[in-house]
Amino acid sequence: MESKEKNNASNKVIIPERPETNLWRDAFRRLYKNKMSVIGGIIIIILLFISIFAPYIAPNHYADGDFMHNYEKPGDKYLLGADFMGRDVLSRIIYGTRISLSVGIVGALTSFIIGVMYGLISGYYGGKVDNIMMRIVDIMYGFPTLLLIILMMVLFKSTFAVTTPGTFVGTLSAIDKSFGGLFFIFIGIGITAWIGMARIARGMALSLREKEFVEAARATGNSNFKIMMKHILPNLIGPCIVTVTLQIPRYITFEAFLSFIGLGVNPPTPSWGMMISEGYKAIRSNPHLALYPGLALAITMMAFNFLGDGLRDALDPRMK
Amino acid sequence: MLNYIIRRVLWAIPVLLIISLVTFYLGHAIPGGPFDKEKPVPAEIMANLESYYGLDDPLWKQYTDYLTNVLHGDFGPSYSSRSRTVNDIIGEHFPVSAVLGILAVLVAMVVGVPLGMMSALKQNTSIDYICMFFALLGVSVPSMTLGPVLVWFFALKLHILPVARWGTWQQAILPAFTLGIGSAALLARLTRASMLQVIREDYIRTARAKGVSEKNVTVHHALKNALIPVVTVIGPLFAALVTGSLIVEQIFAIPGCGKYFVTSVTNRDYPVVLGIMLLYALIIIIANLLVDITYSWIDPRIRYS
Repeated sequence: MESKEKNNASNKVIIPERPETNLWRDAFRRLYKNKMSVIGGIIIIILLFISIFAPYIAPNHYADGDFMHNYEKPGDKYLLGADFMGRDVLSRIIYGTRISLSVGIVGALTSFIIGVMYGLISGYYGGKVDNIMMRIVDIMYGFPTLLLIILMMVLFKSTFAVTTPGTFVGTLSAIDKSFGGLFFIFIGIGITAWIGMARIARGMALSLREKEFVEAARATGNSNFKIMMKHILPNLIGPCIVTVTLQIPRYITFEAFLSFIGLGVNPPTPSWGMMISEGYKAIRSNPHLALYPGLALAITMMAFNFLGDGLRDALDPRMK
Repeated sequence: MLNYIIRRVLWAIPVLLIISLVTFYLGHAIPGGPFDKEKPVPAEIMANLESYYGLDDPLWKQYTDYLTNVLHGDFGPSYSSRSRTVNDIIGEHFPVSAVLGILAVLVAMVVGVPLGMMSALKQNTSIDYICMFFALLGVSVPSMTLGPVLVWFFALKLHILPVARWGTWQQAILPAFTLGIGSAALLARLTRASMLQVIREDYIRTARAKGVSEKNVTVHHALKNALIPVVTVIGPLFAALVTGSLIVEQIFAIPGCGKYFVTSVTNRDYPVVLGIMLLYALIIIIANLLVDITYSWIDPRIRYS
C-alpha cells in the first residue's frame, strides 16, 4: 500500500501535464493524424460542395441534349464527352453527386435513428422484449436484401405510376416525381438499412446495462428512458457512427444498381448508375461514357471507406 | 449444442413462412397481372387462364395452395414461360449463379488470404501499407465500376477475354473477378487482423523458444489459428455473393437466377419470384446457421445455450 502511494507520487512528477481532453477531442486528434481518413474527409467535403453548388459548377444543365454532338468524344467542347443524347457527361456527373450523396445520407440517417433506437431498447430491456424484437430482426435478416428492394421498387413504381392528384397515393407520387424518383429509393433503402445497425446496438446495450454506472444510475432513481439516453446511448454511439460510415457505400451502390436496371431514378435525372448502364451499351465505341461515372462512384465510395476506417481507429484504439 | 441446432433449424421454418407470405403479398400488390399484354386478351380467354392457374381464387386460398404445393416439392408453373415450371427454371439458372458464386469465393480466398498474411508478417513496413491500400481500394470499387473497366481493358483493348455471356471458362474469368475482388479485400483485412493477434500469443513465443523454424511457426502454428475467423466467413460470403450477384449477372449478361428474378418481377411471374426469393432466403439462413456451428466446433470455448 505504501509503495503504491509512493509510486503514484513519483508518477506525478514524471508524467507531464496534458491538456484536459474528452473522448471526442481525443478521437478527433487521432483521426486528424491518420492521413487516409483526412483525405477521405476532404473528398467528402468537396463532394458535398459540388452537390450543393452543382448548378453553378456544371457547364451545362444535366438534361440539355445537343443532338448535333451526340457521342462526342472528350474534348474542348465537352470535357468528358457527350452521351447518346448529346448531354454533357461532366455536368451529369456533377449533378449525379446530389443523388448519390443524398441516398448515402438518408440511408445513414434512417439506419442510425431506427437501428440504434431499436437495438438500444431491445438490448436494454432484454428478456421477453429483446426476444420478440430480435426475432423480427431475424426475419428481416433472412430476406435477400437486393431481391426485396427490387420487389418493393417495382411495387412502388407501378402503384404510383397512374394516380389521381389529391389522394394520399397521388401526394406520395407527386413527392416522388419532384425528387426525380428518389423518394421511393429512400423508402426502399430505409426499410432494409437499419437491421445490421440494430444488431450491433443491441449487442452493446446488452453488455452496457450490466455495468456499474448503469446500476448506480438506477439506484439513484433515474427512469429507464433517462438511463438509456444519458448513460447507454453515449457509450454505444461511437461504434455505431463507425458502422454507419462504413455502410454508406452500400446504400450508394444500392441506388446505383437500381438505376442501372431501370428501377431507380426517373430519366433524365442523372444517376451515376443509370449513366453507367446507358454508357455500357456503347462501351465498344465510347468507353468513356461508362468509365467516368464509374470512376465518380468509386471515388465517392472510397472516400467514405477511408473516413470510416480512420474513425474506427480513432474511436476504438484497441482495434489498431 | 444439439439442442441449440435443433432450435435454430425449427426457427427457420416460421422465418421462411413469413418471408414467403410477405413476398406473396408484395408480388400480388403490384398492379397488373401476368397475362396483361399490350393487345388486350379477350375476357373469356383471360378468365380461362386465370381459373387454370387458380388466380380467380381468393388470395389466402392461392397462398395456402401454393404452400401445399411447395411442401410437395412443387414450386408451381411459370406464367411467362409456359413450357417450364419454376423447378425447371431454378434448376437451369441457379447452377449458373452458384458456379459464379463459388468461383468468386475462390478468387477472394486466393487473392485475399496471402495478401493479408504478407501484410501481417511485415507489419508497418511499406509492403504492409501497399497491401492494405489495395485492400481498401478493392473494398471501395463497386462491381458496376470494375465490370466495365475490366471488359474495356481485357476484352476490348487486349482482346484476350470475351465481353459477356456464359458457357466457356474464359467467359467466367471476368465476372468471377468482378464479383470476388471486393471480398478478396475483405478477407485480406480479416486475415491480417487475426494474424496480428495470433502472432502475439504465448504459444507462438513458446514455439520460437523451442527453436522451431520461422517458416514452420508461420505455417503450422500461426496461420492455422489465424484462419479460424476467415473460415467462418466463407459460408456467409458465399451466400452474400450468390444472392448479390445480380449486378454482375446484369453486366455480363449471365443467365443466372438474379437476372431472371428481375425479369420475373417485371412480368408479374409470381411463382418464379417466390421460388427464387425462398431459395435465396434459405441459402442465407443456412449460411448464418453454419457460421454459428463452425464457430463452436472450431473454438470449443464458445458454448450456446
